[in-house]
Parts: sequence; structure tokens; C-alpha cells
Amino acid sequence: MKAIISLEDGRSFNCRSFTGPGEAWGEVVFNTSMTGYQEVLTDPSYSGQMVTMTYPLIGNYGINPEDIESDRIQVSAFLVKEYQDFPSNFRSTSTLADYLKAQGILGIEQFDTRALTRHIRKVGAMRAFITTHDIDSASCIKRAREIPGMAGQDLVKEVTTKRPYYWAQEKPVYIGKNVPLSKNIWKYRGSKNSVVAFDFGIKYNILRCLEYAGFEILVVPATTSAETIKLIEPDGLFLSNGPGDPEPVSYAIKTIKDLLSYRPIFGICLGHQLLALALGGKTFKLKFGHRGSNQPVKNLLTGKVEITSQNHGFAVDIDSLNGKNIKITHKNLNDNTLEGFRHRELPIFAVQYHPEASPGPHDSRYLFNDFVHVPNG
Amino acid sequence: MPKRTDIYKILIIGAGPIIISQACEFDYSGTQACKALREEGYKVVLVNSNPATIMTDPEMADRTYIEPVTPEIVAAIIEKERPCALLPTLGGQTGLNTAIQVAKTGVLEKFGVEMIGASIESINKAEDRDLFRSAMNKIGLRIPESGIATNMEDVQSIAADIGFPIIVRPSFTLGGTGGGVAYNPEDLEKYAKAGLDASLIGQIMLEESVLGWKEYELEVMRDNKDNVVIVCSIENMDPMGIHTGDSITVAPAQTLSDKEYQKMRAASIAIMREIGVDTGGSNVQFAINPENGDMIVVEMNPRVSRSSALASKATGFPIAKIAAKLAVGYTLDEIPNDITGETLASFEPTLDYCVVKIPRWTFEKFPETRDYLTTSMKSVGETMAIGRTFKEALQKGLRSLEIGRYGLGADGKDFSGRQKRPPSLSEIEQKLATPNSLRIFYLRHAFLNKMSIQYINELTGIDPWFLYQIKQIVEFEQNIHKFNGADLPASVLKQAKSLGFSDIQIAHLTGASENSIEQYRKSLNIHPVYKLVDTCAAEFKAATPYFYSTYETENEARVSDRKKVMILGSGPNRIGQGIEFDYCCVHASFALKEEGIESIMVNSNPETVSTDYDTSDKLYFEPLTKEDVLHIVETEKPVGVIVQFGGQTPLNLAVPLSEAGVPILGTQPESIDRAEDRKLFQTMLKKLNLVQPQNSTAITVEEAVKTAEEIGYPVIVRPSYVLGGRAMKIVYDRSELKNFTRLAIIASPEHPVLIDKFLEDAVEVDVDAISDGKTTIIGGIMEHIEEAGVHSGDSACVLPPYSLNAQTLNEIRNATIAMASELNITGLMNVQYAIKDNRLFVLEVNPRASRTIPFVSKATGVPLAKLATKVMLGRTLKDLGLTSEKTPLHVSVKEAVLPFSRLPDVDALLGPEMKSTGEVMGIDSDFGHAYAKSQLGAGYNLPISGMVFISVKDHDKTAAVDVASQFHEMGFKIMATHGTSRFLGNYDIPNIVVNKVSAGRPHVIDAIKNDEVHLIINTGSGEKTKCDGYHIRRAAIKFNIPYTTTIAGANAICKGIAALTRKKLSVKCIQEYL
Repeated sequence: MKAIISLEDGRSFNCRSFTGPGEAWGEVVFNTSMTGYQEVLTDPSYSGQMVTMTYPLIGNYGINPEDIESDRIQVSAFLVKEYQDFPSNFRSTSTLADYLKAQGILGIEQFDTRALTRHIRKVGAMRAFITTHDIDSASCIKRAREIPGMAGQDLVKEVTTKRPYYWAQEKPVYIGKNVPLSKNIWKYRGSKNSVVAFDFGIKYNILRCLEYAGFEILVVPATTSAETIKLIEPDGLFLSNGPGDPEPVSYAIKTIKDLLSYRPIFGICLGHQLLALALGGKTFKLKFGHRGSNQPVKNLLTGKVEITSQNHGFAVDIDSLNGKNIKITHKNLNDNTLEGFRHRELPIFAVQYHPEASPGPHDSRYLFNDFVHVPNG
Repeated sequence: MPKRTDIYKILIIGAGPIIISQACEFDYSGTQACKALREEGYKVVLVNSNPATIMTDPEMADRTYIEPVTPEIVAAIIEKERPCALLPTLGGQTGLNTAIQVAKTGVLEKFGVEMIGASIESINKAEDRDLFRSAMNKIGLRIPESGIATNMEDVQSIAADIGFPIIVRPSFTLGGTGGGVAYNPEDLEKYAKAGLDASLIGQIMLEESVLGWKEYELEVMRDNKDNVVIVCSIENMDPMGIHTGDSITVAPAQTLSDKEYQKMRAASIAIMREIGVDTGGSNVQFAINPENGDMIVVEMNPRVSRSSALASKATGFPIAKIAAKLAVGYTLDEIPNDITGETLASFEPTLDYCVVKIPRWTFEKFPETRDYLTTSMKSVGETMAIGRTFKEALQKGLRSLEIGRYGLGADGKDFSGRQKRPPSLSEIEQKLATPNSLRIFYLRHAFLNKMSIQYINELTGIDPWFLYQIKQIVEFEQNIHKFNGADLPASVLKQAKSLGFSDIQIAHLTGASENSIEQYRKSLNIHPVYKLVDTCAAEFKAATPYFYSTYETENEARVSDRKKVMILGSGPNRIGQGIEFDYCCVHASFALKEEGIESIMVNSNPETVSTDYDTSDKLYFEPLTKEDVLHIVETEKPVGVIVQFGGQTPLNLAVPLSEAGVPILGTQPESIDRAEDRKLFQTMLKKLNLVQPQNSTAITVEEAVKTAEEIGYPVIVRPSYVLGGRAMKIVYDRSELKNFTRLAIIASPEHPVLIDKFLEDAVEVDVDAISDGKTTIIGGIMEHIEEAGVHSGDSACVLPPYSLNAQTLNEIRNATIAMASELNITGLMNVQYAIKDNRLFVLEVNPRASRTIPFVSKATGVPLAKLATKVMLGRTLKDLGLTSEKTPLHVSVKEAVLPFSRLPDVDALLGPEMKSTGEVMGIDSDFGHAYAKSQLGAGYNLPISGMVFISVKDHDKTAAVDVASQFHEMGFKIMATHGTSRFLGNYDIPNIVVNKVSAGRPHVIDAIKNDEVHLIINTGSGEKTKCDGYHIRRAAIKFNIPYTTTIAGANAICKGIAALTRKKLSVKCIQEYL
């Protein structure tokens, strides 16, 4: 089915929908991972975004029930060069098109995705509109311009869990409505370290990694207050990844500030940005972000390079952490942006990239073990 | 860490001659390494016996030893040069093995040479099956279970441990003969017995079968800080059971989810660490069970490989260059990524296109061996194609193969040659179930016959994903077929192009001509655009212009307003057209750079230096067809195209390109035609008072007999069109002639048979010359060692000539200059002559660079290809400082390297059909030593004492006496079969008689097996002595005993041995010679 995608700066591409009729809008970004489209689709950090995969053939290995990063597809549309409707993989249970259709997400293909990527690289990530209804670039461009921008929007509230849940045996177990949040909530106190994970749009694989590292995990909504956390008395705090601009998530920044000296804290991605803001740093929007599985990050403590998985459109201004008693621990080798820091006195550390991968390399899994050793002192 | 300053001189071992499984990818990697190390200020000492390489150009290293790559020679070089370090990982398996052997002798310790890049310990860990298994087990990985058996009891107990199916592999048989897959005890009994018998050491390996599992490769790099990156993942379309060098492969992997891919990635990294490859690149192969994802490690190569060359070309990441820099202490995060210019080597390339590699086989040259693919590699080259989809890349790749196909099918060639009609269902099933070089085309037939993907998958083990892609191509043929040429809707045409269909295919499907489709397509403004290979999927701006075509919307070609020249490369390596032509193309590029002209390289061969991204100003990785080349011309608008360096491939494009208005640089298409057209050529020779061997044509058997008898036997006969492997034959009598002619006429009734007088015992001479249109200078005169009748590519030759008198040489010079002038040659020309009874005959003129250009350039120090390029641009030879023929004082011998050990059942006799895959060069101050070096380089260690076995055909008996007496005088014992023995006895040459194979045991083969024979001289004319001679020659190959099949060769060996007895081999670099 014919479709059109128009960008706010007036550029349009004719394409075709492989999921039937529909419309979609959001910020259009690109991801350079060659595998892992199912993980990308379900990563809550993509909320509000339409993702272009730069690898042209997508759908090859189908969809399986295991490789999900949240309970639903999070992207607003999925853009590929050539959709593959005949998947082949022993784990595959459905096609990508059926998966998208079942959740009402538009998938488009048959256009020059490299041209789109190059355009985004030159001009920056942009708002865009896709439709199969009215293939008219002028009206489509107009609609793209009506979409609110990413900066200044609090997207966390769209994706955070409404209710707290345990993460156990690789799945969420919701806490009963009447169960009060207190230290009695922990079942393995004494035998396992406990962690409260703030859900700003958390990926399941972070929870899987925390679980493998031996934690008992409670996931709480982004709005959970510092007072509540102190009632729960976890051994550590985890600040998750999530979508969009960190600045408008002011409630979380405040909570984190209140908890800075309470317990060891580990933050990833948006969690890393919120932590930096809580420590007095600043964030800014990258031109077109880092999204892919091949970003080289140098660990300044060891001198080693990790190939990392990344997905972020905003970053922490490295200079803004000067004089904040913070040690820069990781840097991106491509553009020298901040990839990780730790506090010089408090047991607080964070990385901008995704050590839990999914998709991406497993080079940085050690951070979860680092975290498990922090609470024990 | 910055580079090491405690070392300053590094020895690199090259891979030696091109052989099956070790081709020009090692010139590519070695050249990159030389450049990278010298860029860092290190002195580079290089040893490589292959003159056709760029790496052995005198400018590439500080000290270049074109000497045999053997432990003794390398040790001698070490003693002379005293390098600080030895880098063994860039010269393929040859380089690695030689380095290990050298290390074992203690030479490295003695002279304080450090092995860098890989340690002996890690090489052993990777290469020794048992050490490798325990290393893998230690890190929780698995390799196929296996065991070695020498008797049937062992077989039973090992089989009980492994479980069926089991692969039976006889140890030490060449070409993998005698093995099989046992699915039950009965099969096992059969194969194990046969295998134990076939094995020369009575030993077989039993291995867990992973046939049909999916096969993957990862290219990994590690630095001394333990940073590891994966450069590329490769998925083999053909599953386990077919050597990866014989598989169609795809990058990146297509059918792995991220979870499976990351598991493999993490395993590769663990393997690098466990094996202990400190720095550099390695290749790790995995097999995956398609049913459940079980993963096993197949093998790991702790060095750069064919796959790493492919990965470099597929991603733009120069593995060999980076490996060299890592070896001297740099870390990945200290080395810039040249392609982007703004990022570093410590990242993982990401692709936004699909790469398909297709092997090139030459089974047609070896009709005695079956077209059957196994775990032993048989292909001689490969081509790579890049597209935005697999379908586009596959079809581009198939037309890059240069086997006369223009895509997957529907190109008018589906039923040509022996295939006259659509294959039957059972034929298709058989061709699918038994892997062979044409299987890809039978997949198309299978879909045309409505076979299901599931069924084809069962027959082939090819993943359904690939099958579906192929099915889509086949189905789209039908969409195109519905229309007549000009009625083809634009949308269908556009889609066809983006599925990789060539104009020829579309023309065939719509009943139109290629030209009309081209015109129609252009009228609809449908043309390809060029995209960049940039390592990063457009995330960063790319600095290096490396392009591929695709049918998309945005064109990234960067057309400059500089004066530019396009060089057409030689496509995939094949027998007859290999690295020598790539060498010339690379030189053309260097020359253009020197002249300040932009160079644009077009080629489809991923193994080569020409397709390195920094060889030319621009690289177009494209098929060498008229359509694909014209598109680039239309985009770039070069002032001219160079067609005379890439061998026959670009030469064949000269006329069509010229007709399309493309300026051809150098010798013009009319002249090319005059040299190639039989009639025109004869007219020219008459005009110049030169003679050819008497010749004629015949259209019937009777006519052929009459003609042959007029000319006089023996004659060389060949069909006037190309008929697979038997294109040319020397026949000695009427019945042979009748047979040949009858078959040729049946195969192609409308084409005459060409009959030429065969000049028996004539000396053949190859001449390379260069002309600027006015002045012609002889580049080199090479005298063949084997007599006329042996293809010039298979004959050893010597420069300067060693037996020709001054008058003959002058006659050769004059004839060459006269023909160059008559043909208006601007650039290079090669002439083949035969001299019989002091008479000069012209056999062939090639108005292009020949296979011998690199050899002549190395022997004389005159860079002929570079000079020829400049001449084509209008410079005169005088300008360029070349005013006379250079005759070196030293002697250079070129010897051909033959693939017989890889091809079961092939007779090792030399003939008019070229069979060699590569060449080596031996240089010394006299012929004997130079020849001995050439033999050593080619893998024959000439004995200086022992037993010579002699069995020759009647024609050669007299000549054999002389040879035998020379050996006798040098103290060799002589063994001969009855006839030869009697003949030698008549001349009082003592000898031991041995039975022919047909005369009962013990016979000569027993003597060979018992290690009693150290040199074999066995001549034969084919059919008649085939029975015995064939077995003797095969035994010589199996046991790697030096042998010759010609008397001329035997004489040269005599001289070589005599020289060796006089003085041991010494080494000298070409910088000292020139």
C-alpha cells in the first residue's frame, strides 16, 4: 500500500506500508544495529519516535516471544528498506508485519532509507508524519510541523509503570493494590541484595541482568517519592533508561537529589542524565543522537574500549560536571561525549550507554557485577 | 600504547604462489602490511616467491627477497638481514607454517628475532586439533567430536562415542578422496575400510557430522590491551559440508537474531583470549543447528585469511593494515578509521547494504574431475557484489562471475553449452542434492518447476530465507515476461532493476534487444545511483570514495572536475586470468597518480590490491559488463578508459564500449580486432613477411582429414568456439583427429574446426614489448623451458634466453617491432613465437598486457605497466627515459604452479590447455641456481642424490639417453621401465628395471610408496601411455616427489641439480640485483 513520509523541513519520501493503512507521527531517528529489531521495537526509550533501521533487510528472523524489552511495541512507526515477509529462524513464531499490525503500529518500506539517514545526519533528528491516506507531500509536511518537539516534553510519564512490581524469574509480578510499600516487601532480605529500580521506561534486559547479578528487584513508578523509597529500605537504587528529554522529568530529578547520599545508585541512559542533573550538571540535545550497537566507549579507569549499545538523543554536558566532585569514567570515542561518571565520595555511578545490550554487544555486562559489589561495601 | 621503538626492522613472510585456497588476498594483505609498517618508519624485509604480486615491487619493502618461501631460505634471510621481529600472520597458511618451522630450528632465538602478531604457542593452540578442543572446552564451547583410527576396532569404538551420522575422512589423501558420510554401521564399515585403504598412511579421521548445519564466520581483531572488535559477520548460503571457499557467502549474517549473534560474538572474543592471539585479526567459523540453535566452533585461523580480505572489502575496514599496526604496539583506539577520517579503528563496522560473494570454479578445464563440492576447496577465484538487497547483490554477483551469465537466469544462456533443454525433475533434484558449481542455477530451475521451499531446503540444506529470495527473483521473471519490450510499464522495469535484473535479462524476457531496453530505460530516466561503502551506515561523513551501484533515489557519486581515467580490472581470478592482470591495473593507477590524473578503478574481485580503497582515487565495486561499466562512464565521464591491463575481460569490452562512444586509451579497438581475428591477422603477417605454422579450417570430418594430411601430423586442433575444457588438442594421427572433429562438429555443427601445424620440439618464446605509437622497445624475451605445445602459462621460462643465438634474437626483435608498428600499438603487446630448425614462427599476438608483465618487470627493473599507462596518456618512451631494451646480467626463471594435488583424478600431463593457478620466480646469477630456486618455490625440493625414475615415450627415448647419462655422472641411480631400460642399456647407462603398473607387482608405484624414488621423469602423449603414466604422475603428486613430464624439463632439472651440487642456494634481494 502506497504511503508517504514527510519531514518538518519539507523533505518527503514516497514509500509503501507493509502493515496496511494508517498514520503515524513522531521524531524520526535512525538505528544502525544490523540485528535486534524486536528489541528496538519494544524499547521504551523509543517512545514518541519513528525508527529507521539503516540495515536494509529487516524481518529476516521473524518475531519470537522472548526477545522483548517491554510489554508492547514502543516506537510510533518502523521504517525499513525491504521488509522480509518470509522469516527463517528456529525461534520465530510470527512475521514482523503481523506483530506490528497486531499492535496497530505502522511499518513502511521500499524507499531510500540511506538518503533519509544521511538527511537526518546533516539536518538533525526531525519531526515527521507518515500516512497512507492522503499521499500529498504538502499536507503531510504541514502535519509534521504540527507535532510537538521532543525537547521539553516529559515522555517518561507515558511509559513508566503505573504500579510497582517485582521482577522475578524473568517476568514482572505486580504488587497487590493493598500491599503497602515498606521494607517488609523484600522476601530475601539477608540472602540477596535488594534494589529498587525507578522505571523511566526500563528495558526488561536491565532487569534480567540485575537478576542474574543476584539482586532482588522491585520496580517502582517514576513518580515514587524519596520518602517512599526510604520506607522500603533497599540496599541500592537503580535509575533506568527512558525516552526523550531529561529536563522536564523534574520530579524524578528532585527525588534523586534527595536520595543521593541514601544508598548506592546506578544509572543507565536517561537514569545517567537524571543523575547528572541531580548532581548539578546540564544536558543538551544531540543533533541526531546515538542509536546503534557499535559505539566505541573508552573506560578511562582501565584504558580499555567497550563496544556498546546506545540509544539516546540527549547527552550530559561533560564540562557541566566540573567542580561537582565527579570523576569522568567513560567517554565516547566517536565524538568525545560523556558516557559515564562516578561520584568521588558517594557510591554513585552511571553510564550513558546500555550495558544490558539487547540489542548489542555484551562487553559491558561487568557493570552489573560492579553494582552488586557496591552495596556490600 | 604508542608504537614500539625497541624494534626497527620487521620480516614479513608472503604466501608464495597462487594456489587453490591461497590466492591474491595475501598480496592484498601483505601489501597493506608493508605500507602500514613503512608508514610508521619501520624497515621492512619481505620474502615472497610470487613475482606477480604488488608486495614484491621493489618500492613496497626496503629489502625484497623474491626467493622460495621455505624454512631454510627464510633462515638464510634472517641470518643476512637480522630483523628484530618476524610477522607471520599475513602470508596465509604458508606464511604461518613456514614461520613455525623456522622457529623450530632455533634460528629466531639465535638471532634474537621476536615473533609478533601471534606466538608459536597460540598458533599451535589454534592449529592442533586436540589442543584446540581442550581450549574450547575450557571456555564452555564445543567442537565436533572426532577421533583418529588406524584399524576397524578403533573405528567401532570411536563411532560408539560420536554417534551417527559420522564423517569419514581418510588422512593424507589429496582432494578429499575416499571419504563419505556414514549414516549407519553398514555405511561406516564401507567408508572406513575404503578410507583406510585410500589413505597413504592407513589412517582415517571420524568426525561428528554437522552436515547441513548453518555456517557462519566472524572476523575478529584484538589489540595488546585486550580490546576486541568484530569487523564483520558472514553467513554461508551453502551449509556445512561445503568448504567456505566454495560457498556462496553473504555479509552480514542474515538469519540470526541479536541474541544468537551476540552469543557468537561473545564466543569469538572468548576464543581470541583463550587461544591467546595477542594482536591482529582472526577468523572464527561456527556451525549452528538450524533446528535448535546449538552452536559449535568449526575452526579458528589466527591470521588474516581469504575471509578477512572479503570482510575488509565488504565493510571498508582494512583488517591487514590494522593488524600490522597492532603488531607493532598500537591499540585500536589509537588508529584512525581512514574511511570516515573522523572515527577510530576501535568500532564495529555496520553495513547498510548486502554483500554476496560467489566462488569462481574452472571445472571445465579438468574434465576428468567431477564437478562436485566438498570440504576440500576447489574454486580458483571469487567475485563480490554489493546491493541494497540480497536479490540485487546476488544477480550482480552472478554477472560478475564472467561465465557468460547475466544474472540468475533468463539471460538466453539457460540452455547453452551441453545443456540443450530444460533439465528434468530428477536432474534438478540430483543437482540440488549433490553440491556443484552450477547449483545456484538449478535452484532457479527448481522454482520454475514449482518445487517447494521446504523440499528444496531438504535437498540442499540451504536456509529457507535464501531460497525465498531466489524464489522472488524467479517469480519476478514471470512479471517481466508478460510484456513485450517497449510495453514494459515503468514500474515493472524499475522493480526489475532493483531486483538486480540486467538489461540483457530483461531483453531476453521481453523479446527485445539489449540496446532497445537500454534506450527505453533511459527514456524513462531509470538509471542506477551510486552509494558509498562507509563502514558506518551513513552515521558519519565518509572521506574515501568507495562506491557500488543500486537502483535508489539519492546518488552519492562525487564527480570531480579533474581529468580522469577509468581502469577496467580483470574480475574474478580464474586459470588463465589471475593476479598478473590485477598487478598491471594497480600499476596503471599508480601511474595516473604520478601524472596527476584522477584514477577510477572498476573491478569485482574482493581478493585484490586493485579493490583496496586507497589504491585509486575512486573505486567502483561493480560487475565488468558493458551495462555496468557504461553507467559508471556516464556518471564519471572519464577522458578515457584503459582496457589493456585487465586481461581478456576488459579487452572484450573494448569494441562495445567504443561503439557506445567511450574513448579507449592506447591501442585502438580496430587494432585489437586485427590481432584477434584469424583472417585479418594472417593478412597482416603476410604483409610483414612473417610466417605462422601452416593452418586451415574444416567443416566436415573428411575435410579435416584431408587438411591435416596436407599440413602433416601432428596438428593442433580446436573448435572455433569455446568448448568447455577441451578447447585445444594435439593429435598425432588420423583416428585421433577423426574423433576430435566428430565431437566438435556434433557439439556445434555450424562452426568450423581450426587445424594448425604442431611444431614438434620447437622452442617457444614469449616477448613483451611496449610502444608509444612510434617507438617500440622490447620489455623482455623469455625462452620457454618446456617445448611448444605446452601452454605458455604452464611452461617455465627464462629471461634472458639461454639457448637462442643472436641472429634468432634479432629476428624476434625485428618481427616484434614490425608488428607493433603495423598494429599501431600504444601501450603493451605480447607475442608468442616458436623456433623450429632456426625458423621463426609467429603463434599469437596479444595487443594487451600479458601474464608475464610482472615477471619481466621484476627481472629487468622496468615498470612496464606504469610506463605503458603514461604512454597511453600521450607521453613518449623517450620522455619516460626508456630508450633501449634492458638485458639483466642475472637470470630469472618463472615456473608455473599447478593445482593437480587439489583435483582428484586429473592427469598431470601438460598440454595446450592452461592449467596452472600461479607462478614463482627464481633469481640467481646462473641458470642452474635460478631454476633450482624456481622449483623449490613451486614446492619441489630437487634431490642432489638418490634414485631417478625414467619412463619416456618412444619419441623421447633418444633425448632421454642424454638426460640419463647426466644423472648417472652426477651419481644418481637410475630406475626405468622395461622399454626405457633396454634403450638406456644400449647406451651403457646402468639402470634398475622396474615393472610398469600394468606388468605386475612390485611395480613403480610400490617403489614410489617405499620412498625409493626421488625424482620422476615421465613423458607421455596422453591416451596411449595414460594407464601407466597417469598412475605414476598421480603418485608423484601424492607423495610430493619432484617430477617432470617433458624432456626439456628434465634437462633443466639436470642443470638445476648440477648447480646445487656445485654451490648451495644463497639469497639476494631484488634491490641488490637492480
